[in-house]
Amino acid sequence: MELLILLFLPLAGALISLFPGKQSARYGAFAVSILSLAWTVGLLLRFTPDATTQFAVDYDWISQMGIRFHAGIDGISMLLVLLTNLLVPLIIWSSFGRNIDRPAAFYALILFMQTGLLLVFTALDAFLFYIGWEAALIPIYFICAMWGGKDRVKVNMKFFVYTIGGSLFMLLGIIYLYLQNPERNFDIQAFYSLNLDRSQQSWVFWAFFIAFAIKMPVFPFHTWQPDTYTTAPTQGTMLLSGIMLKMGIYGVIRWLLPVVPGGFQDWTPTVIVLSIIGIVYASLIAFKQKDGKRLIAYSSIGHVGLIVAGIFALNTQGLQGAMVQMLSHGINVVGLFLVTDILYNRLQTNKLDEMGGIAKVAPKFAAVALIIVLGTVALPGTNGFVGEFLLLLGVYEYSLWAAVFAGLTIIFGAVYMLRMYQKVMLGQTNAATASFADIKGSEQAVLYIICLLVIVLGVYPKPILNLTEAPVQQLLEQVNQKLSLVK
Amino acid sequence: MNIIITISITAFLVLYAGLFKAKKALLPLTLVGLFVALGFVCASWSGNESHFGMMQTDNFALAFSGLCIAGTLLIFLLTQNYFSAKNDNKAEYYTLILFALAGMIMMVSYQNMSMLFIGVEIMSVSLYILAGIRKNDFASNEASLKYFLMGAFSTGFLLFGIALVYGATGSFDLDAIQQHLIDNKAVSPLFYPGVILMLIGLSFKIGAAPFHFWTPDVYEGSPTLITTFMSTVVKTAGFAAFLRLFSGAFAPLHDFWVAPLLIIVCLTLLVGNVTALFQKKFKRMLAYSSISHAGYMLFALVVLTKNSGGNVFIYAGAYTFASIIAFAVLILVKQKTGSDDFESYNGLARKNPLTAFTLTVAMLSLAGIPLTAGFIGKYLMFLNVMQEYQTILVAFAILNALVGFYYYFRVIVAMYFKDGQGVELNTPLQYKVVLVVSAVATIVIGIYPDVILQLI
Repeated sequence: MELLILLFLPLAGALISLFPGKQSARYGAFAVSILSLAWTVGLLLRFTPDATTQFAVDYDWISQMGIRFHAGIDGISMLLVLLTNLLVPLIIWSSFGRNIDRPAAFYALILFMQTGLLLVFTALDAFLFYIGWEAALIPIYFICAMWGGKDRVKVNMKFFVYTIGGSLFMLLGIIYLYLQNPERNFDIQAFYSLNLDRSQQSWVFWAFFIAFAIKMPVFPFHTWQPDTYTTAPTQGTMLLSGIMLKMGIYGVIRWLLPVVPGGFQDWTPTVIVLSIIGIVYASLIAFKQKDGKRLIAYSSIGHVGLIVAGIFALNTQGLQGAMVQMLSHGINVVGLFLVTDILYNRLQTNKLDEMGGIAKVAPKFAAVALIIVLGTVALPGTNGFVGEFLLLLGVYEYSLWAAVFAGLTIIFGAVYMLRMYQKVMLGQTNAATASFADIKGSEQAVLYIICLLVIVLGVYPKPILNLTEAPVQQLLEQVNQKLSLVK
Repeated sequence: MNIIITISITAFLVLYAGLFKAKKALLPLTLVGLFVALGFVCASWSGNESHFGMMQTDNFALAFSGLCIAGTLLIFLLTQNYFSAKNDNKAEYYTLILFALAGMIMMVSYQNMSMLFIGVEIMSVSLYILAGIRKNDFASNEASLKYFLMGAFSTGFLLFGIALVYGATGSFDLDAIQQHLIDNKAVSPLFYPGVILMLIGLSFKIGAAPFHFWTPDVYEGSPTLITTFMSTVVKTAGFAAFLRLFSGAFAPLHDFWVAPLLIIVCLTLLVGNVTALFQKKFKRMLAYSSISHAGYMLFALVVLTKNSGGNVFIYAGAYTFASIIAFAVLILVKQKTGSDDFESYNGLARKNPLTAFTLTVAMLSLAGIPLTAGFIGKYLMFLNVMQEYQTILVAFAILNALVGFYYYFRVIVAMYFKDGQGVELNTPLQYKVVLVVSAVATIVIGIYPDVILQLI
């Protein structure tokens, strides 16, 4: 019951916020998102950090097809539910003071998407997972295509067809597993206990992995991402990069690794090489970018590459690092996109060359931006450091050379991020930046909260690590046990 | 039997009402007749009555009868403001649609192949006239003539096929044919060309490639109301007839006819989707998309299971509701702007939020997006053929579905994302009822299909 409220509160909010007037839609949506954050915190306080699934709900849904409404929360789900419900209020808050056409529809779509995301992160039935997966995609497509910038129709069509194409192949994989399952249902435990042979596992792996790889995105499935991030409205970019990207990573951990560990093992070298190519490739391109938003988009590909490599290394450090980094990356990237949004709002440009000297006129803004940038480049003491350190440790355990190349993210990241900061904030002011107004109101509040999270999670990441430790251990045991049985 | 009698009597009453210029009485009379027929459908549920060995009103027949009647009901509601004041063959429209419906009830419940032929003919002859009912319109005449020629050909194929099957098995009765095929390992060689000819004849009727050439021109040239009728209700009945024959009587020889069927399925998917992509007019796009949906529905025959009937029923229902919305909006837009290019939809959402929203639901359903009925339909079809692990066929269908997203989303893109003057449509009350009822049905089936799945 608690879980049902968690899942459907945003959806109810979406329906309500469709009706009232312009301003009340905004505040209504914000109130609903704060309420669901409060509800999440309430659940978190009652949550015991062990490997069990808690707050589970299990109802008949489409009994003819063996589909159940089965959802629950374990440590890994809790982390992502927390991430979602923490970021959505921040994202809505960050839109205050911006002029949004048709606000009721805008906020309703964000809340609709929130329900879809929460379904993905809590589903224990493969069909429900798929429904949530698509239910998150439809609203973000409309958000990006309706409120986006130039070329939004074409860019978002590509994004949509790419992602839904991937997910249809995942559906094919789900149907295959369902038919292999003698109980003819979509239950996650039944899928876990399937024992497919190597070749079956191999193709099921790709049916799922392509869907996940497109969502994250992993090189070479990333081509939709920079354009989509750049043309989307800021809130859309934040939802895409902050939360939606984690759907892919979560999918790998929950639905790919334990279901087809044999396929996972066979393709590990390929995927690690792909993610390392992605890291280097994205970093080099980020280095050459003149557009701030695009630069962050490419940097995101690099960071995700490291997370994927860490997961595929398949050890405690890598997986725990992935957990922390999912949370940190979500927070940091939302902060970075808010910074670019503030710059664009004041200067009407994303070009780095047309900026400079902002630190002199807007010291508060420059200070918070610095903290977020340092978090992104993984400076010790920030949240980015904890995750990336653990990830590199995990990759190192897998292979020294992989770790050497994957470690380039940190070096490259430091170079291009600090160069961006230097171009924007330092140097001489120009005609446009001389009158740059410092942050205030909702911008200031959101950025302060993000900075606080960057530092607190960097100094004291233990609660997060505790939350996910037991399920990660259990996952590894389960996978190793299953691997020993594969024919 | 009651259903056919009710519909036929209603048709005659409507014709007389038209004769005595009682134009106001036409619609109420028709609706009452159809509701009574729907009542009979419910009353004879699970009865599984046999009518002199010619028709069998089993649940399959009743479910499809119900769907056809409900679809026709919604289409009749769309007649508000459709006819100009001086148009005086309104009663003929009504009567012919009702006669066609009576033919379709026979097509979905026949037990004897002669009833199949009679049903097909009653339906087709009415439709030939309906397609050409705008006497002074060149396109309408062209549509009628094309439809008639092609239809006559296909009926010829069908009849020839029936004759050969009769020659091989000695019976018109479906159960007797099935029994004959089970009992005799070596069936007469006449049987095989018979099956192929019937396959071709029925493929013509449902517009499956490569026998689809008549569809786009006929759909475009006919009055839009008739196109709506042809592409939804008529198609549903055609599929039911197809399924009754092939999943029942011819099922023992599945291995023989599945190969030509697979060719038809793949061609239909490819031709329908790829051609729809290049259309500039919404109506023509819908015509081609209806071809592609025929391809998905034929999946039910590729692998025969006990659920094949139910799967096609869900798919046909989803497709009917979504198409009725699409055509209803098409009629409204065309009335206002005089054109049905995609450009005339630009910016429509600003002043017509309800209409735009329902059309979006319809397009998402046709494209097969989750939470709509169309997704459940596609899912069931994929599940059906995956049971024999036809993975390549499903992968091919998925690629086609991706193409489908492009053209279905074009109208959504035009309505919401393109800036246009955005005309304000005058949506009559009956249209609003049809739009809302169909959209709600689409979403309800999409979220909770259990109700319908338990029917058949």
